[in-house]
Amino acid sequence: MNIKRVAVIGVGNIGIGAMTDLVLHGIEAVGIDVTEGALRRAEEAIMRNVRFAPAISKSVPKLPKTRVQELMTLSTDLTRAASCEFIIENVTENWEVKKSLYERLDAIVPEGVCFGVNTSCISITQVGAVTRRPQDIIGIHLMNPVYMKPTVEVIRGFHTAARTLETLRTLFRQLGKQAILVEDLPGFVSNRISHLFMNEAVFVLQDQVATAEQIDAIFKQCFGHTMGPLETADLIGLDTVMRSLDVLYESYHDSKYRCCPLLRKLVHAGHLGRKSGKGFYNYPEI
Amino acid sequence: MTTYHFRSDADVKDTLRQFIIRSINLPELADDDDLFESGLVTSLFAIQLMTFIEKTYGIEVDSDDLDIDNFRSLNSASAFVLKKSTANAS
Repeated sequence: MNIKRVAVIGVGNIGIGAMTDLVLHGIEAVGIDVTEGALRRAEEAIMRNVRFAPAISKSVPKLPKTRVQELMTLSTDLTRAASCEFIIENVTENWEVKKSLYERLDAIVPEGVCFGVNTSCISITQVGAVTRRPQDIIGIHLMNPVYMKPTVEVIRGFHTAARTLETLRTLFRQLGKQAILVEDLPGFVSNRISHLFMNEAVFVLQDQVATAEQIDAIFKQCFGHTMGPLETADLIGLDTVMRSLDVLYESYHDSKYRCCPLLRKLVHAGHLGRKSGKGFYNYPEI
Repeated sequence: MTTYHFRSDADVKDTLRQFIIRSINLPELADDDDLFESGLVTSLFAIQLMTFIEKTYGIEVDSDDLDIDNFRSLNSASAFVLKKSTANAS
């Protein structure tokens, strides 16, 4: 049976992408965040994404504004999640924030509803442990732009049930996505490797071996990557990359994950990448 | 009295070129460089470019305009802006 309504908790970049994807596929999306400002930014971005997405992909429908408004709800009220059949959580990569949220969600959302944990590095098993439903918790590592990505890294926690995986596969079938199922250790596959790339790229910049442009050009022009590691870090958000490295370092106690001082300095200076207009590069305001 | 702001092809291309170069850290961009085929930009940037064009020129990219060919190069994006500006003014 198809899933009709999904809650998206946290409507930053990834949450906006997830809501866009749900709406484009005719699924009701209930976006929840803590401030009205975040909701307003999300509404504007989702409307823009839904409107422009058909230019990028021929398979995406052209939806009238009224239809988008029917499918999209935005609220600061977490109890709105109670009426949803699946929960996608995308709050900040901070264990205390996630822990508190999952304890509340577990009390609000009916038994049997699955939670998709969208995290860069935090263990899915650890999230499951703060709820009474570890069997219903599964990791989904959504990446930008969510509505254009046909494949998602999916993480099975220690207690994740086969039924939960089947529920996620149903949602993914509706969204035209497929899963690559991996096991649960912090950082999983993608971020355990990609954050080493990004962090070492910052060390190379810090050591003045090359400029940011040169570092990224080598990855794009020599390796054939779509984006270089510093551009990718700017897109993700330097604060998110720093927090993810800290989680990896804390999890493995391996010095290879120690955050480059230059990265931490940029975050403290408010240079967070694209979202703040400055990171390793400057970005014009739109 | 209505005042129409004349936009030249060269002005539009210059504005768009500056925006694209600053956004994706390109050293240069020729008028006929294909942004999408060459992999110069991502799909995310296509949306940023359409948003920039709407806000900068006060035009609306409507449902019939949703064709990536309209934004494929500086030549095509400028032609699109000038066509929509003429339609708005008439």
